[in-house]
Amino acid sequence: MSSTTTKNGRIGDILLEVKGLKKYFPIQRGLLRRTVGYVKAVDDVSLYVRSGETLGLVGESGCGKTTASRCIIRLYEPTAGQVFFKTRALSPDGTPKMVNLLELSREEMNRVRQEIAMIFQDPINSLNPRMTVADIIAEPMVIHGKYVKGESEERIIELLRRVGLRPDHLRRYPHEFSGGQRQRIGIARALALNPSLVLCDEPVSALDVSIQAQTLNLLQDLQEEFKLSYIFVAHDLSVVQHISDRVAVMYVGKVVEMAGAEELYNNPMHPYTEALLSAVPKPDPLYKSDRIIMQGDVADPSNPPSGCYFHPRCQYAVDLCKQKAPEFREVKPDHWVACHRAEELKLRGI
Amino acid sequence: MAVAAAPAVPAKRKELSQSYWSLVWYRFKKNKLGVFGGILLIVLYVSFALIPEFLAPYALENRSQFVEAPPTPIRFVDEQGRFQAPFVYGLERRVDMVKRLRTWVPDTDRKYPVRLFVQGDEYLLLGLIPMNIHLFGIDADPREARIFLLGADALGRDYLTRILYGGRLSLLIGLIGQFLTIVLGMTLGVISGYYGGPVDMFVQRFTEFLAAFPNIPLFMALSAAIPNYWSPIAVYFMLTIILAFLGWGGLARQVRGLVLSLREREYALAAKSFGASDRRIMFRHLLPGTTSHVIVIATLSIPGMILAETALSWLGLGLRPPLTSWGTLLQDAATIRAIRFTPWLLWVVPPILLTIFAYNMLGDGLRDAMDPYSGRG
Ligand SMILES: Nc1ncnc2c1ncn2[C@@H]1O[C@H](COP(=O)(O)OP(=O)(O)OP(=O)(O)O)[C@@H](O)[C@H]1O
Ligand code: SF4
Ligand SMILES: [Mg+2]
Repeated sequence: MSSTTTKNGRIGDILLEVKGLKKYFPIQRGLLRRTVGYVKAVDDVSLYVRSGETLGLVGESGCGKTTASRCIIRLYEPTAGQVFFKTRALSPDGTPKMVNLLELSREEMNRVRQEIAMIFQDPINSLNPRMTVADIIAEPMVIHGKYVKGESEERIIELLRRVGLRPDHLRRYPHEFSGGQRQRIGIARALALNPSLVLCDEPVSALDVSIQAQTLNLLQDLQEEFKLSYIFVAHDLSVVQHISDRVAVMYVGKVVEMAGAEELYNNPMHPYTEALLSAVPKPDPLYKSDRIIMQGDVADPSNPPSGCYFHPRCQYAVDLCKQKAPEFREVKPDHWVACHRAEELKLRGI
Repeated sequence: MAVAAAPAVPAKRKELSQSYWSLVWYRFKKNKLGVFGGILLIVLYVSFALIPEFLAPYALENRSQFVEAPPTPIRFVDEQGRFQAPFVYGLERRVDMVKRLRTWVPDTDRKYPVRLFVQGDEYLLLGLIPMNIHLFGIDADPREARIFLLGADALGRDYLTRILYGGRLSLLIGLIGQFLTIVLGMTLGVISGYYGGPVDMFVQRFTEFLAAFPNIPLFMALSAAIPNYWSPIAVYFMLTIILAFLGWGGLARQVRGLVLSLREREYALAAKSFGASDRRIMFRHLLPGTTSHVIVIATLSIPGMILAETALSWLGLGLRPPLTSWGTLLQDAATIRAIRFTPWLLWVVPPILLTIFAYNMLGDGLRDAMDPYSGRG
């Protein structure tokens, strides 16, 4: 699992590896704010990203995708786990080394943040309404003391051009732009410091369908040009299908399956993935719908079921599933699944 | 159609390209009452705080023999019914047999023309430029005759002069005090809202303590703690600080509430994700979102502060003579004897009311202009 060819033909080493990441939010009640329980928003997430590739992170609303990506960059302090990231920011001569981000001091972490950028879901809320586009894009440079008058202004204009905006947009305020344009501003800001990893938290789900494709294409072009790696969060498999090299599927705080995109779409090994795939719209109108309707609701992360979290909704569940939580294991090379019956089941892909 | 309309788009865009503050200004300008309040305040502050020396006909402590002289009206018609340039009569001492009191009555034999820009007491304009020109006055030896548009006090000092000078301390205490309140309230509010936890707990309980504590006893205790050998100016600043200290709690709570909601905005998270320091997030991203509210709250609470100074000085807890403020003037005016025999001392009340009205008009205008619900916040 150390290096393979990505969809785009690039060879990549591991850039980011997350192991056993957990984030429990305390539920507090009453005047004294007593903790009465925990929302297990992220409960054992393991995944990795190779440099230059896109990892799609897919799951239903509320399954913890946002929380997981924010934990990676420590916007939230994880409850447990490890996040290894290959960074150049911490060695004086810029040689890359693997460090556990969760063990870094605040100051060290802030330096590493030059190399991990984030694109947010809501393009209105993620841009400060009181700042001009120029100030917004300049901010990461200013924070890291890399803003040089003149030179940086040129770079900002260059970035604006690159994401398809005009230099005369510089002095405008976010509210003067359309949703798609705002998201481009956010993308330009994310690129300001030449990051190696970009966490895209549903960057297109708030946009019009017509603009979604444009924005996705832009992100792919930029990846090519700047050698970026993406974690691309989405809530259905169809969005990530075209842009992901590999896909990780989350269910109630856990990654249940992770594999190369082609492999996952053709040979899903987790019943939940199979159900999600059955909901992906087919191009052929004559294709008879065989959508798997899952029974019951998504499990409650503050009170998850026993054993395999998916067992109340799983049509293949056996007794073991209620008692024992399945381990997340590599069933085939580069194909990871958390299901007791992964090998025996013959599941349908597309 | 579409082709013809196209060139209009860039022009429209340009017009829209305004910052939040230019939008606020644009909306504020349309509010007549608010603009009027603002202009009135500028006039009040210029005349009372900046140049009272020039507007007043005499120096603040210039005493005279004309003890408790009533206002001398400016006349245009003399006793024979002839029109004349404006003048005032001299004053003659009489004993009023009804009131059993010595009073001053006009002496129609002596007439003194009222002039603009007359020479008189020396002063430093704005504390810098030595001058002796006063806006108006009479051509007369001040020992012989004076102009008292609003009468004189018990030491024969011109009361208009005293009101003009007194405004400086009263108006500035509102402004300086509010400034301190804003600095304290915003800083503690944003820290409390941003960090939460024990810091928040402490700030919250402290503001509650301040709010729950009865103000007058607290103030008595604090002002009793001011040593009486302090110079009047030191007392003045101490009073300002005390007023600010008592007033920041409410503002801090409001700012905290706003910060709590702004903190979850993704732009604050975005700044954090790029490695921004707490200070940068608080002061660059969170505080600017609260300024419009703070300005409105502050504008509307300056009158309270001016009134507090007035009330406390009136109670004898605030400024003391020889400092002259509207509060100390009110102290002289609000006695039965003064109301009975020297009612013109109540002329100090209209400027206080005018200031309060002006601040409220301005504050309402600003609130409407910045109303977060009427447009973009
Ligand atoms: N700050 C928080 N405090 C308490 N609970 C939280 C917090 N943030 C998220 N949660 C809970 O954690 C769970 C996962 O939330 P998260 O936002 O990560 O989901 P998501 O997969 O990103 O969903 P969506 O697709 O709707 O964005 C949800 O049940 C949510 O209610
Ligand atoms: S472990 Fe059992 S319940 Fe869970 S997905 Fe596999 S078969 Fe279904
Ligand atoms: Mg989310």
